[in-house]
Amino acid sequence: MTKLRLSEFRVHNLKPLNLKVNDEIICLSGPSGSGKSLLLRAITDLIEHEGEAYLDENKCSEIKCSEIKCSEINPVQWRTWVGFLPAESAWWMDTVGDHFNQKSDECHEYLTALNLPVDSLKWEVSRCSTGEKQRLAIVRLLQQQPKVLLLDEPTASLDAESVNLVESVIKKYAKEFNVPVIWVSHDQRQIKRVSDRELNIKNNEIKEVTV
Amino acid sequence: MNVISLSPFDLSLAALLVVALALISLFLKLGLTNRIVIAAIRTVIQLLLIGLVLKALFAQVNFLLVAALSIVMLLIAGREVMARQQRKFGGLWGYGLGTLSMFISSFTLTVYALIVIIGTEPWYTPQYAIPLLGMMLGNTMTGVSLALDKLTTTAWQQRAVIEARLILGQDWRTAIGDITRDSVRIGMIPMINAMAAAGIVSLPGMMTGQILSGTDPLEAVKYQILIMFLITAGTGFAAMLATWIGARHLFDDRQRLRLERLS
Repeated sequence: MTKLRLSEFRVHNLKPLNLKVNDEIICLSGPSGSGKSLLLRAITDLIEHEGEAYLDENKCSEIKCSEIKCSEINPVQWRTWVGFLPAESAWWMDTVGDHFNQKSDECHEYLTALNLPVDSLKWEVSRCSTGEKQRLAIVRLLQQQPKVLLLDEPTASLDAESVNLVESVIKKYAKEFNVPVIWVSHDQRQIKRVSDRELNIKNNEIKEVTV
Repeated sequence: MNVISLSPFDLSLAALLVVALALISLFLKLGLTNRIVIAAIRTVIQLLLIGLVLKALFAQVNFLLVAALSIVMLLIAGREVMARQQRKFGGLWGYGLGTLSMFISSFTLTVYALIVIIGTEPWYTPQYAIPLLGMMLGNTMTGVSLALDKLTTTAWQQRAVIEARLILGQDWRTAIGDITRDSVRIGMIPMINAMAAAGIVSLPGMMTGQILSGTDPLEAVKYQILIMFLITAGTGFAAMLATWIGARHLFDDRQRLRLERLS
């Protein structure tokens, strides 16, 4: 079981954030430009920030916690653990499959679960629709088996049916591997469907929404 | 064979052609007339000045004078590299990156050629050192500015791709690898093309000059081959160096893409 902990975490003009994410799905909402994406990018250590992010893999004993500190670990390693899905997926090779490390059964399982044929790995990226690219980007992320998921509006470009599929695939992944998830969403109904807790950004401050 | 000296009248006949070109450009509204005229005037003034400088320099073999002129040439080439880039690094980096790469590559290879290959006595004999360095810098400048321009503009356009690759756990070298390779390639291609076409399509300028001044064509060809090899190697090394240092500087110590370092 992994835990993600943010301590006095500051990015852009957001107020310092102290947050502990256990193996649960936390939804993050707030107006456009309020810094949701920046926060996720900062946790991925893609942009400068203040404060510290920690990963805790082992169960904490009462005496000692073996936490991994973001600023003390190789950033490449950190980013493979902290799986960030940007709002728009980017592709740089010709075919979809070129972007995947492994073409394993798990990969096929995710593809099928997202209603994508297994030979979609042979598709040319330039011929994929936005929705297909988004679902493929989710498979690409999950096959790396990240220990944390940071999702920036993962279903924004999808039709209702695909939204359901993505929600269940991510919920299943989170449950199976006990992964903490931060999920940026604007859709209140979606938040209700997937989240264990909800955070909202208002006036540069991130606060927990109590139901 | 003696060189036929050109009179100012002879040159003005050639200048008439440029004037005609400028007039036609004006007529066609190419918006190039001013640039043609200014560039032509710059050619005359700059070349006359360097002619005078070289004449004075050749009269006495003085290391400090040769070094001083070399540095001036390097600094001007560095400025030219910077001016030719759409998006350049901010601050000192913008100037220093190209200049440093050219310095390391051109100066090393020129000194190598003077001491080891040609074996002039003393090695800094200006008649050899200055033209050699000039040709090195002139071509290296083109290579470095092409490579750096490609690097910075592509990195700017492909920000999302570079970041996506970082996100998926690639290190900075891999994430920007395609772009650095393309940049070095773009910087080296002009020289490779020049080597491939040399003698068939084009008679290189230095060789032509030597032949015009009465050197045996085979001697001129040997020098031309030497120069082409030196220039190609110098351009290639400088382009690689500039691209590599530049690419590294696009990332910080946490391997984050820092495009704000470009201005």
